[in-house]
Amino acid sequence: MPTKKTIQLSHGGGGKEMNQLITDLFFKAFNNPILASQEDAAKLNMCGHIAFTTDSFTVSPLFFAGGDIGKLAIAGTVNDLAMMAAQPEYLSCSFIIEEGFPLEDLTTIVNSMAEELHKSGARIVCGDTKVVPKGCADGIFINTSGVGRILNPDISASNLQRGDAIIVSRDIGRHGAAILMARDGLTLESSLCSDCDTLWPIVEQLLAANVKIHAMRDATRGGISAVLNEWAIASNVGITIDEAAIPVSNEVKGLCELFGFEPYDLANEGTFVLALPMSIAKGAIEVMQLYGHCEMAAIIGEVTEQQPGKVILNTPWGSRRYLDLPQGELLPRIC
Amino acid sequence: MISLNDFYQGFRDPQTIRHLAQLIAQQAAKTTQQINIMEVCGGHTHTIMKYGILQLLPSNIHFIHGPGCPVCVMPKERIDHAAVLASQTDTILVTLGDMIRVPGSKGSLAQFRSEGCDIRPIYDPLDTLAIARDNPDKTVIFFAIGFETSTPMTAALLAQAEAQNIDNILFHINHVLVPPAIDVVMSDSRSKVNAFIGPAHVSVISGSKIYQSTVDKYKTPVVVSGFEPVDVMESILRIVRQKVAGKAELDNQYSRSVSYEGNIAAQQLVDKYFMVRDSFRWRGLGPIANSALTLRPEYQHRDAERIYAHILPTVEIDDHKACMCGDILRGLANPKDCKVFGRGCSPQSPLGSCMVSSEGACNAYYRYGEVNNAN
Repeated sequence: MPTKKTIQLSHGGGGKEMNQLITDLFFKAFNNPILASQEDAAKLNMCGHIAFTTDSFTVSPLFFAGGDIGKLAIAGTVNDLAMMAAQPEYLSCSFIIEEGFPLEDLTTIVNSMAEELHKSGARIVCGDTKVVPKGCADGIFINTSGVGRILNPDISASNLQRGDAIIVSRDIGRHGAAILMARDGLTLESSLCSDCDTLWPIVEQLLAANVKIHAMRDATRGGISAVLNEWAIASNVGITIDEAAIPVSNEVKGLCELFGFEPYDLANEGTFVLALPMSIAKGAIEVMQLYGHCEMAAIIGEVTEQQPGKVILNTPWGSRRYLDLPQGELLPRIC
Repeated sequence: MISLNDFYQGFRDPQTIRHLAQLIAQQAAKTTQQINIMEVCGGHTHTIMKYGILQLLPSNIHFIHGPGCPVCVMPKERIDHAAVLASQTDTILVTLGDMIRVPGSKGSLAQFRSEGCDIRPIYDPLDTLAIARDNPDKTVIFFAIGFETSTPMTAALLAQAEAQNIDNILFHINHVLVPPAIDVVMSDSRSKVNAFIGPAHVSVISGSKIYQSTVDKYKTPVVVSGFEPVDVMESILRIVRQKVAGKAELDNQYSRSVSYEGNIAAQQLVDKYFMVRDSFRWRGLGPIANSALTLRPEYQHRDAERIYAHILPTVEIDDHKACMCGDILRGLANPKDCKVFGRGCSPQSPLGSCMVSSEGACNAYYRYGEVNNAN
């Protein structure tokens, strides 16, 4: 007899068990009147420019240093809204759960989501639960969608201006490195944690301080390499960054050495990149550094007229090279 | 316990690199000859491109990329072997990193994986033990690749499989040797190579002694070098000093881990399980005598190449005609000499293996490029 409670197919069957799971766990954790009304769709009151985003989360392992799939699912969607200067308001949440998934783990994940929601004030107002037979999923998959009211409609990937400063909000590569550590069960001595976090409180302060942001993006999969290359192409500008100015923890550097990766390519889940006029860059950093998450915020480069569409990395010893988009799966080098 | 910080200590100090660049320039000014250094290993190619080392060197120092990338030198028919093995029922094929991206004649292992084959990239060959234990009803085949560096890890896996009586692990051995490939490069009358940077990780196992014959036979300096920018710059300086002094000696820059004799215990482990194969066909270089290893007869019960001989293709498959990987691996061409470089051949859709592997010369050129004239 199994001693631990696990998710059964019946939890997704639309009957009593499913109702109980939703009421006892999801409604309790995500409690708000719109959700509790249990209509077919959430009735929302919004006006003006609205940002709408969706993301699916399939991380393995589900629990890692600094977070779990639940925290990631909320922070990820909230951050996508925040990067558009949209105040995160309403989220949907769909679970695809594998039969046999421990109820205790699901509870931890859901509570983690509820905790993360508090940071931005966003609410889960609708959702869905599916349970699939064992072997058809890797534990649990979560999809979250979100809408938010845009407070500054001018922020865009195609809005970089020549002479803009490029700012990174903190040290890079932590999430990718933490997942790699957890996934491969490396027995390395490290206090490395994911940077996974909700960015809206910082963005809200930047907007409140009237900082004139041209572009803003969280450097998730593909790391800052992907963000900067996408920006260079979308705005048809060159971007030059200085390797020495980019904050990277020794732990991340060490892991990159071991596997042959570059920190610029590793995923982040609570780190964002900004482009804004160089003249206000220091002031923006001062606003960001009021928050614990951004103590290491730094100007890492600038937007130039050279080689539109390309990102160039200056090394500390005077050479230069392209910083290209990461390609394919991140696989450890052979030797 | 290893600390992650242990992997990142110095070796990229800007002042040291700049100072070494000055010393190299001063030395190089003392000679009028072209110094054509072959960096045998793709890891060094990667370092040279990634850190922009070419931009720091005087014009009479050139790099020629060598055949030392285990993915680049793997002929298509061997990748087809892996695909056939992975396609067998109740089989798990495990291999190292980039190997799953290299195209065989019918696709890459990544493509076969997407079609349902159980193919798993691993970092540590010993991970194969756990996979085999967790899947007792399946045959786990380790597609072993790499130079002298990675062979001891395969030997250690075999030793553990034998000691623990884990019978469901088989091996497809593709371990190759550096010195015979250097001989092929140097015996070509068109070769312009007149100095070598030797890969340090190979010599950690085999010792610097394996390059003594290259020094003696071809009268070229060989400096065994680490992979950090400071290592490579110091090795270049040592080569230039030899050239200016008219010397051709074996030198070991990576003395922090490499000795003349190497890791005797690792060598003994390799000798216990492997012997030299009569001939092995290298991608782009063709068959090279005594250039690879195979399992000793007493371990043939682990040899997937023998056990599955009846289903493994035997036809040799050459690269695409437009691909210059062969000339690049021989040091006769630079990646940018290839007409399909960056056009028909890119990391997203590679024609040749030099573009696939992160250790490959074409991949390094494509990824990091040259921005000397960026202004």
